[in-house]
Amino acid sequence: MKPTDIAAPDYFHKVVDCQWACPAHTPVPEYIRLIAQGRYSDAYMINWKSNVFPGILGRTCDRPCEPACRRGRVEDNPVAICRLKRVAADFKDDIRQRLPRPSPRNGKRVALVGGGPASLSVARDLAPLGYHCTVFDADPEAGGMMRSQIPKFRLPNSVIDEETGYILGLGVDFKGGHRIESMKSLLAEKFDAIFVGSGAPRGRELDIPGRKEAAANIHIGIEWLANVSFGHVDKIGKRVIVLGGGNTAMDCCRTARRLGGEKVTVVVRSGFEEMKASPWEKEDALHEDIPILNYMVPVAFKHVAGKLIGVTFQHVKPEYDAKGRRNLVPSGDPDQTIPCDDVLVAVGQENAFPWIEQDCGIEFDKWHMPKVDPTTFVSTNPKVFFGGDAAFGPKNIIWAVAHGHDAALSIHKMLSGEDITERPLPEVQISSQKMGIHEWSYDNDISNDKRFKVPHRDKVIALKDIRAEVELGYDVKLALGEAERCLNCDVQTVFSTSLCIECDACADICPMDCITFTDNGEEDDLRQRLKAPSPRPDQDLYVSSDLKTGRVMVKDEDVCLHCGLCAERCPTGAWDMQKYFIDMTHAGSTCPTKSRSAA
Amino acid sequence: MTYIAKPKFHHPGLKKNELGYTHRDYEGKISTLCAGCGHDSITASIIEACYELSIEPHRVAKISGIGCSSKTPDYFLGNSHGFNSVHGRMPSVLTGANLANRDLIYLGVSGDGDSASIGFGQFAHSIRRGVNMTYIVENNGVYGLTKGQFSATADRGSKSKKGVTNTDNAIDLVAIALQLGATFVARSFSGDKGQLVPLIAAAIGHKGASFIDVISPCIAFNNHAGSTKSFDYVREHNDAVNRLDVLVGRDPIAVDYAPGTVQVVEQHDGSKIALRKIDADYDPHDRLGAQTFLAKHAAKGQIVTGLLYVDPDAEDLHEHLNTVETPLNTLEADTLCPGSAALDKINASLR
Repeated sequence: MKPTDIAAPDYFHKVVDCQWACPAHTPVPEYIRLIAQGRYSDAYMINWKSNVFPGILGRTCDRPCEPACRRGRVEDNPVAICRLKRVAADFKDDIRQRLPRPSPRNGKRVALVGGGPASLSVARDLAPLGYHCTVFDADPEAGGMMRSQIPKFRLPNSVIDEETGYILGLGVDFKGGHRIESMKSLLAEKFDAIFVGSGAPRGRELDIPGRKEAAANIHIGIEWLANVSFGHVDKIGKRVIVLGGGNTAMDCCRTARRLGGEKVTVVVRSGFEEMKASPWEKEDALHEDIPILNYMVPVAFKHVAGKLIGVTFQHVKPEYDAKGRRNLVPSGDPDQTIPCDDVLVAVGQENAFPWIEQDCGIEFDKWHMPKVDPTTFVSTNPKVFFGGDAAFGPKNIIWAVAHGHDAALSIHKMLSGEDITERPLPEVQISSQKMGIHEWSYDNDISNDKRFKVPHRDKVIALKDIRAEVELGYDVKLALGEAERCLNCDVQTVFSTSLCIECDACADICPMDCITFTDNGEEDDLRQRLKAPSPRPDQDLYVSSDLKTGRVMVKDEDVCLHCGLCAERCPTGAWDMQKYFIDMTHAGSTCPTKSRSAA
Repeated sequence: MTYIAKPKFHHPGLKKNELGYTHRDYEGKISTLCAGCGHDSITASIIEACYELSIEPHRVAKISGIGCSSKTPDYFLGNSHGFNSVHGRMPSVLTGANLANRDLIYLGVSGDGDSASIGFGQFAHSIRRGVNMTYIVENNGVYGLTKGQFSATADRGSKSKKGVTNTDNAIDLVAIALQLGATFVARSFSGDKGQLVPLIAAAIGHKGASFIDVISPCIAFNNHAGSTKSFDYVREHNDAVNRLDVLVGRDPIAVDYAPGTVQVVEQHDGSKIALRKIDADYDPHDRLGAQTFLAKHAAKGQIVTGLLYVDPDAEDLHEHLNTVETPLNTLEADTLCPGSAALDKINASLR
């Protein structure tokens, strides 16, 4: 293998698995260390810069970082990154002085359709640069799906108000209760750029017999949740069936439990394990006495005299074809009818753009989705950008934020007369953490604690009040314990070939057997010859250039604890622990675009 | 030294030996020696050898004297018996323990000061008596704990860190061990685990006095130009006569070397040593030849490493003394004190 080029920003970025997995590339270990130090406001601001809604995401994020977390490969559970984010939001001081000031207007006007996370992220990046941003939303208040679809017992309004308020306070115009009905007329208003962040607002229908006849008691999940959110609906029947296995279904069933649903049942087509809902959301539903029945396909709504009385299901089982694809085939068991008073249909969401006329220069593909560039987020109309669920279908908030940052960068470049396809590199800083012979500026003593549980409100009380937040969040002590579980993967093991005397001290001390001194070879061959098995080819090997004996140093990044013992036991300083801070470049920063030395 | 304890986490894919232990289970406390010390590599090699042999840690007694090397038993086999004795007195403590309980595996760990100076006599007598043990000298040619004076194994003409030339002749412990009748004699280098680990494993399997001299560079005081015990010097002058694989139990001997270059030695405990010859003329069963070979190469400034001599049919002290098979420390009182009738009989035989 060739020697690893650690100057390429992506190399060490990938080692910080959580940050690499985060769509917005939040510097996770950095803010977790700040939380451990009690510097909650600093931790919050790092989040705020990267992911715009730390308080909201700290309660609702889909957490792509956690399955990626190295701790999860070392022991049972990853660090509770998401809930630590909430800790930063919960315990911070007043941070308003740290927010950017509204700038003098630069004369350029940007329209943002939809007041959800994607549009607000664009506005957050562009408003401080002087752009006149106008956000249009059909709802009276900003937040989009964060406000309308996520139940208040998971995300209180106060958090949404606070964090949308920070953005609107940057001099952003918010036109609430103003649904954009025509792209054509919006284009006619001569905005310099238009960003469409209108989400995936339509719940998918379930067209089976009885749907029309029993319509009064069959509700589309996201519409029903919005109605609950805005107070239009405040009760439901005692027996409720929720159809669907995603996070919306979990929100529906838990909301139903709070509005009078005594016997709420979730029924999914697939197996329990393959459900789209996050594991922790399923857990929360089960905890509230909501059974989840799997491998059952709804075939008919049963009704008598226009009144829903139940749903009939066919039992299925999975069958895998030669290509490993799963098909659900009837299991042969007799159909089952579950009696109920109401049904909530949460079987998916769809995009809908009835308001975009065909002659706006915006092309759509065969799935009726706009053709959007995945890097610049521009549509076929060079002035119109898409982001969030509106761009590539339903995802989640953190993706919408990432899209927003990238679209804002494109809009800024376009309106500055630059090429929007040329994207800036992340900002990278690297610095040694050595403080003394065996002292580091980070806590390198690895905690053996298991993942700490987030305290919950007592179930009886929680189920009585739909606005009572279920999760109470970590207290300071629990937060410190959980923060200590972080392995500081951003403090990198940096190797200097010229200093190494091949004494083997690092290889001997490494608790994870990450380091091997051996003859060089091709990657597949090298992976066979390491001190410990190397089962994950997606985790890089760090290979040195040739050492004095002709061998090379090979480090498998996979399960490195970043404990720094290799550097402590190195007599010549060939190993050093260096903090690698990677910050994505947003609109308005002056980071170069050509590759450059990182160190 | 390092302040933090070595993390308990280990690689999730670590292999386990026959006893279900990973090599991490054979570790001791974290080393307090200087960073990069050759002794730590020897520690790691002992751990690896014991892991590979699936040795039950409680069947091992590790005994040492005084010095950097003699601290190391604290860093391996944390669940074994240990005795940190007086300076240079490891061999007599080990001999006594061995006589009392012949069933344990005895690891004597010593240094060049401990064995070639203050304990030179002890070293010599334990070897000539054929105590069943693995005697490892971690040889760095320098008194590290007292800031780098030459030890008795420092070569004549080598330079100290301050630039002083050594005018005394060196003791070659390997040559002495050969002369005194050790039945397993080897030399190796802390920076070459590929050679050292199987040597330690083979020595543990050997019945009789096994002696391994391991050159172990002292990073703090003896790793400079002019030293003959530095990483660079040893790597440049290392003349390995053979390398070996230790084959334990049912594993078939699978050797991928050219025929005629592998010599299989069967040991008393049933394990086999597959010797890969590097020097085709070297015969590890020829004590006299080994002595000559060593002397010739030493004169040329070469450091001969490998398994230098082995007598697979060796006897140990217990056989010489004709002691009972049962360890003395488990003999019951009626066996140890058979009564006045037996005493009368013995007395009568002496009249």
